Amino acid sequence: MFQRWQPEAASPTVTLVIDGKPVTARDGDTVAAAMFAAGLHHCRTTPVSGAPRAPYCMMGVCFDCLVTVDGIGNRQGCLVRVRDGMQVELQLGKRELGR
Amino acid sequence: MSAADIRDSYDVAIIGAGPAGLSAATSTANAGLSTVLFDEQAGLGGQIYRAITETPVTNKSVLGTNYWRGAELVAAFRSSGAQYVPGATVWSLTREREIGVSLRGGSQLVSARRVIICTGALERPFPIPGWTLPGVMTAGAAQILLKSSGLLPAGRTVLAGCGPLLWLIAWQYLNAGAKIAAILDTTPGENRLRALPHCVPFLFSGYFRDGLKLLRAVKREVRVIPGVTSLRATGDERVRSVAYQSGNRAEASMPVDNLLLHQGVAPNVNLAMSVGIEHRWSAEQLCWVPVLDAHGSSAVDGIAIAGDGAGIAGAAAAEWRGRLAAMAAARALGRGVAKSEETRAQRELAGCLRGRAFLDALYRPAKAFRQPSGETIVCRCEETTARQITHAVALGCPGPNQMKIFHRCGMGPCQGRLCGLTVTELIAESRGVPPQEVGYYRLRPPVKPITVGEVAALPKTDAAVYAVTRM
Amino acid sequence: MICRILMETPTVQKRDLDVAVIGGGLMGSAIAWGLAKVGQRVAVLDEGDLAFRASRGNFALVWVQSKGLGLAPYSAWTMRSSNAWTGFADTLKEETGIDVCFQRPGGFNLCLSERELENRRSLLQRIQEQPGQQRFDFEMHDHARVKQAIPQIGPEVAGASYSRYDGHCNSPRLFRALNTAMQQRGVAYLPEHRVDRIEYVAREFRLFTARGEICAPKIVLAAGLDNVRLGPMVGLDVPVRPQRGQLIVTERTAPFFNYVVQTVRQTDEGGLMFGDSQEEAGADPRVTSPVIAVLANRAVRMFPQVASLNIVRTWAALRVMTKDGFPIYEQSESCPGAFCASCHSGVTLAAAHALFLAPCIADGDLPAAQFQPFSSRRFDVPALAA
Repeated sequence: MFQRWQPEAASPTVTLVIDGKPVTARDGDTVAAAMFAAGLHHCRTTPVSGAPRAPYCMMGVCFDCLVTVDGIGNRQGCLVRVRDGMQVELQLGKRELGR
Repeated sequence: MSAADIRDSYDVAIIGAGPAGLSAATSTANAGLSTVLFDEQAGLGGQIYRAITETPVTNKSVLGTNYWRGAELVAAFRSSGAQYVPGATVWSLTREREIGVSLRGGSQLVSARRVIICTGALERPFPIPGWTLPGVMTAGAAQILLKSSGLLPAGRTVLAGCGPLLWLIAWQYLNAGAKIAAILDTTPGENRLRALPHCVPFLFSGYFRDGLKLLRAVKREVRVIPGVTSLRATGDERVRSVAYQSGNRAEASMPVDNLLLHQGVAPNVNLAMSVGIEHRWSAEQLCWVPVLDAHGSSAVDGIAIAGDGAGIAGAAAAEWRGRLAAMAAARALGRGVAKSEETRAQRELAGCLRGRAFLDALYRPAKAFRQPSGETIVCRCEETTARQITHAVALGCPGPNQMKIFHRCGMGPCQGRLCGLTVTELIAESRGVPPQEVGYYRLRPPVKPITVGEVAALPKTDAAVYAVTRM
Repeated sequence: MICRILMETPTVQKRDLDVAVIGGGLMGSAIAWGLAKVGQRVAVLDEGDLAFRASRGNFALVWVQSKGLGLAPYSAWTMRSSNAWTGFADTLKEETGIDVCFQRPGGFNLCLSERELENRRSLLQRIQEQPGQQRFDFEMHDHARVKQAIPQIGPEVAGASYSRYDGHCNSPRLFRALNTAMQQRGVAYLPEHRVDRIEYVAREFRLFTARGEICAPKIVLAAGLDNVRLGPMVGLDVPVRPQRGQLIVTERTAPFFNYVVQTVRQTDEGGLMFGDSQEEAGADPRVTSPVIAVLANRAVRMFPQVASLNIVRTWAALRVMTKDGFPIYEQSESCPGAFCASCHSGVTLAAAHALFLAPCIADGDLPAAQFQPFSSRRFDVPALAA
């Protein structure tokens, strides 16, 4: 659960779609940060047991922040910058061929 | 920046844009050497100076003056003429100094006469029951959310662990007006005695002055529970509470929405190990440290390591290690380096190292938090448990590479970064031998995942085609 | 705790052992389990964590179709092992609870040009037509027919050979199952016990290691590349050399095809594996960019959609390669009781090693009818003109 330090810290804004819902994020946010700011608790379920996971390290080494971005699976959400119109989906289990 | 802008070869290639990388690249470029700085992130600063060029937390009193040193390093780098390639993931490095780098979905091979690895450190694993629950993250991760997105934790926030970063982030949060419910301090009581012999240099170091100020400010405002000897995060689809024991008291628990864990950092060894640089186990820092000379040069010709990747010593030391490595590279490539400059750098580095031994000893994490048991997950990627590992040792599994075959730990995308230390220590403890003898995962490229398509487009030789097709 | 004691305690009394197996990979473990199953008392001496360990780098195929050109008995031995694999896997599961996921859906070798396809057809035909061959059927498919079975293939796939006798398993789990099963049956597993020297005195073998001596009336050299060094100590000639193979493993992916392709398979966990190379690189177990690039390139041409998948690791391992690529199974003449077993298909042949080879070793005799073709004496015979 996260909130912006100051409203100024939330702009300029970008609108993306996360799990089907429009979300306003700050230009410069990573997808992972935008998801936290939007109140999402988890970003994926593991391909091993289906357990829910959320970003753990925010620096690109834990691979718990995996999400599907614009139809491509297993992208590290903490390394992808938000863009207007970006489509983000939770990474549910295994990658799919062609996605 | 597109792939077309990256040349086939440079005099010096530097990997990682933290204090070591920035300083090294600035120095080699200023010495007239063609220099490229590759970094995976979108902005300069590495992790300690994360988002230094674009943080929304512009009020300097929130993050503190040490953070803003990064802006000076960036300014010097930008005027040095070195080429900067952001969003570049270095996934391989050969002994012949050929670098595999992935940029925007395409990979290419870049050669350099000298390479300085500045990939820094990562947080030590903190394998407590429930550490994989959503809502649990490293203190460093929370700090990155603050620096790069101006995000503060909402709800009940508990910090747990030990080490200077814990106090730093607590202080930064208080400056920003965030509420912290408690700090569960796991610093082992007996560490104070262990640290005592090192206290004199510490008292005369910057760490003491800065640290004391921080500690006092935090302890005034935040409930600190010292001597915590066990931790358990519990919840359902996310963390709901943290249970802990301190001293001889019975287990207590408190509700939590954000549990931030930290018990020190360790070198990010994957690239260095994959190129064959020897590492030794440090009993003081409980991690693998590369074998280097005084300039950071390894036994692999032309490849050096600077920064926390050379051994945990902090941001200031990283700068000077970066400059020393740059000097060695310059000299090797025929550029003169003033002896006085070098002497000064060594003196400054020594000054930065003063007091580290005390910090290492004081904040040495307790065994209980490095060597979990039972169903606690050790390998987050493959969900291998402590019980599976100790059971395999009982069956005779002698080391981490056999353990990989037995239970898949280390086979996931993080390539052992979050489980390797735990696996080595658990095997060492179960076998009753030192970690040095147990060893570590054998690491190979790609040290970060890259796509099949990218690799398919890389250069092939006739010999390689024949080796695969026999045609 | 037993193993820790054994690691530290020097000597396992000679009267406790019938056989000492040198080498704890798939070869040594399969043989040790097979020996224990027929009542032998066994110790396995293994190296440590960082040894060459050919077993780690396998492709997990249980493969029949293209084996044995030049030695018909090898084709028969392979088929025999493949046919016994289901029972072998079931027994391991009963004994240990570990499912090694053996599947025999049939296997394709995908060809990316007409020339490759013709070479393939020719190879398989020559195998079936060689003297003494126990024939089995195979099929050559054109692109359209392959596409019916595997819709995801790319346009460059010219065709394939197909055999219903081919399959695969989960090889890390196979290794764990064998290791667990053999110890459950009382095999003493001794890691960190590299054998420095072997002496044969009074019809008994003395194995000298840094951690003490092991004695046994029978030994099996299943030490992979180290058989070259150990063999002469007991009158055995084991001319093997390292042959490097590299392979690629991707992230876990949802299952998308049911067959096995000789160079592309999907594990039960979901990762795709792309193989493999055959390189004379000496004892160098490193991966190399050009070979990995070729493997990735061929995989993408076979299955275009894999281009976007992430590679999470690569492997290189050193195959234990004999002069003609066929196994060596032999008992020493000057030191009877010393056996050697070397091959590079330790997964396919695991069933045969456990169920057919081990009982012969237990009896102290490798019947000539079955094993003479695999003797190292075949290398002494000068090659006859074709």
